[in-house]
Amino acid sequence: MPDQKTHAPKPYVTVIEPHTGWRSVDWKELREYKDLFFFLIWRNIKVRYAQSSIGVGWAVLQPLASMLVFTVIFGNLVGVESDGAAYGLFAFVALVPWTYFANSLTEGTASMVTNSGMISKIYFPRLIMPLAIIGARMVDFFISMVILGILLLFYGVMPNSGVIVLPLLIVMLTISAAGLGLWLTALAIQYRDINYGMSFGVQLLMYAAPVVYPTSMIPERFQLLYALNPMVGVIEGFRAALLGTRDMPWDFIAIGAVVSVVLFASGVMYFRRKEHVFADVA
Amino acid sequence: MSDIAIRVENLGKAYRLGSETEQAETFVEAGLNLIKAPLRNFRKLRNLDTFSTDRSADDILWALDDVSFDIRRGEVVGFVGRNGAGKSTLLKVLSRITEPTTGRIEIHGRVSSLLEVGTGFHPELTGRENIYMNGTILGMKKAEIDRKFNEIVEFSGVERFLDTPVKRYSSGMKVRLAFSVAAHLEPEILIIDEVLAVGDAEFQKKCLGKMEEVAGSGRTVLFVSHNMAAIQNLCGRAISLKAGLVVDDGPTKTVIEDYLARFKSEATSGFHNNADRKILSSTQVTDGRMLNSKGVATQAPCAGEPTIFELDYKTSEKSVDAIFDIVIANQHNVAVTQMRTEPPIQLGKEGTVRLTLEDTPLPIGKYTATVTVKDARSFKNIDKVPSAFSFEVFILKDFFHLERVNTQYCSTLSRQKVEHITERQEEQIEEANPAN
Repeated sequence: MPDQKTHAPKPYVTVIEPHTGWRSVDWKELREYKDLFFFLIWRNIKVRYAQSSIGVGWAVLQPLASMLVFTVIFGNLVGVESDGAAYGLFAFVALVPWTYFANSLTEGTASMVTNSGMISKIYFPRLIMPLAIIGARMVDFFISMVILGILLLFYGVMPNSGVIVLPLLIVMLTISAAGLGLWLTALAIQYRDINYGMSFGVQLLMYAAPVVYPTSMIPERFQLLYALNPMVGVIEGFRAALLGTRDMPWDFIAIGAVVSVVLFASGVMYFRRKEHVFADVA
Repeated sequence: MSDIAIRVENLGKAYRLGSETEQAETFVEAGLNLIKAPLRNFRKLRNLDTFSTDRSADDILWALDDVSFDIRRGEVVGFVGRNGAGKSTLLKVLSRITEPTTGRIEIHGRVSSLLEVGTGFHPELTGRENIYMNGTILGMKKAEIDRKFNEIVEFSGVERFLDTPVKRYSSGMKVRLAFSVAAHLEPEILIIDEVLAVGDAEFQKKCLGKMEEVAGSGRTVLFVSHNMAAIQNLCGRAISLKAGLVVDDGPTKTVIEDYLARFKSEATSGFHNNADRKILSSTQVTDGRMLNSKGVATQAPCAGEPTIFELDYKTSEKSVDAIFDIVIANQHNVAVTQMRTEPPIQLGKEGTVRLTLEDTPLPIGKYTATVTVKDARSFKNIDKVPSAFSFEVFILKDFFHLERVNTQYCSTLSRQKVEHITERQEEQIEEANPAN
């Protein structure tokens, strides 16, 4: 049979067998679906702001509005201390990564359920779906970062040398969001409870991270335990780098980095283990 | 390189059915159930994907059971079977959407599967954007879509609306665009599930042309359809599935004939044990049969060939003039054609009335026929058999000059023939007269 296509002449063999247990990630396959990954990111962004008048402005509006509310309630009424920085700035520096984290989680978790039509009709590496959501949210994150820069200028705060740690923190933030997101996505498609509990759970989680208050309010002996939440290292690191309210919290970052890597690796593994049933239970 | 494209060995796929939850009988029990429910639900959800090796468990359905076959490179194979036979499950397993429970598949070559047109289409995206979205989901690279873009647009015929969000498209436009993307896939192995059931007649013809082109180009194609004419046109080989088992595998013509013939043995007649039927008088239709042009009982008549409805009756009354009337309704329960004995028939003690529907001019699909017997003088019903016949019409030849007729666009003008056989007169043939 003449093969008139430009494909590599090597035979392309797929074996389909039942799988149980753990499976490794097929990187080669993921690379082949690179285009789909980027189109899905692009689709998520495009669709989210379709037919809205301020469009991407919503990416900025959400943390800004939260900042205003928090400034009034926690800054002025309750009088939560902010390590010497203006409370609004103090909150916003935390809200930018937090919004990215929280939205990645809620949307990523829902991604498989909302796209179940696609999952039951076509094959593609399932990992792509929740990861594309995170990719789309990352674009929002960078837009908010620009606003944050403008705010810093406005308040006349100069970032310090700690900013070179920011890329590391952003990676940490992303893989912990991805890791937790993959766990929850794989669980949510079988147990819809996860979906229902999600928005509420994320809200609770926010109070487990130093978004509205500084870590210095947590008793010393609990601090390392507290740092098991990778968002603690990320948020405090952001504050150290951009506001200079504290020294770079290397201990928090180290603990958080280990936790986020473990979360990500276990999340990918659990997802791979469960992905073969997605089409059946979705 | 071997010339096997797909090898399927002992493939099985099990699904768990929802099992009945026990009903509470007392208030206390209901309360206890309420507390235990989350735990029970959790177990049920957890078990969704686990199967014991016990094949007889009653809440497990084997959608595919020990299916094995080989498909050679370049072969075009059609899968036939009734709803629930396992065709779609097989295609899903072959497309890697769902994993088999047992068995093994080996696929040599790149696969594209089209189980639906327009997977990944998003209403908010424009036509142009959706071409890219859908194309990449189907496994094309961006560069490949760039290259074929103009061709795709031209085939779809929606050039003018390329930058309009798809949500403002008519459903026909959407489908045309989606099919155009799919039609430009160039995989070595193509898996298609019933995608021809889209668009208007003209576009369907275009699609079929494209399909024939694909089938003729030396690619391996697996094709599921209820359109026997399309399968016969496209496929050299057919595999017939029933309840998850391969029951037939061979040249298309023989497989399809056997498949259609099998309908009659599974026939359910509305003449016996019909709960909707009431005894109205001593005149009764005792039995009925549908026959094809060769006089063989069938439940699957073919458009373009006559279908004969035979009704046996008995009566204890003398000199009844009766009108036999058969109304055929489509699956939406809309009457599409009617046959009746006009002028009325003078009944003997018992006999058979034979009504022939010439050409069976019905679009393919499912139908039911209701038989009514009226007294010609009082015009009262003297017998009525609701859903006396249920049958499915197929097309084997190009009777409508279209491969498939969309029910919405089709109205039928039918011709009929009436015959009456009693013990006294062996055969009395009345002239054919048009009805409806």
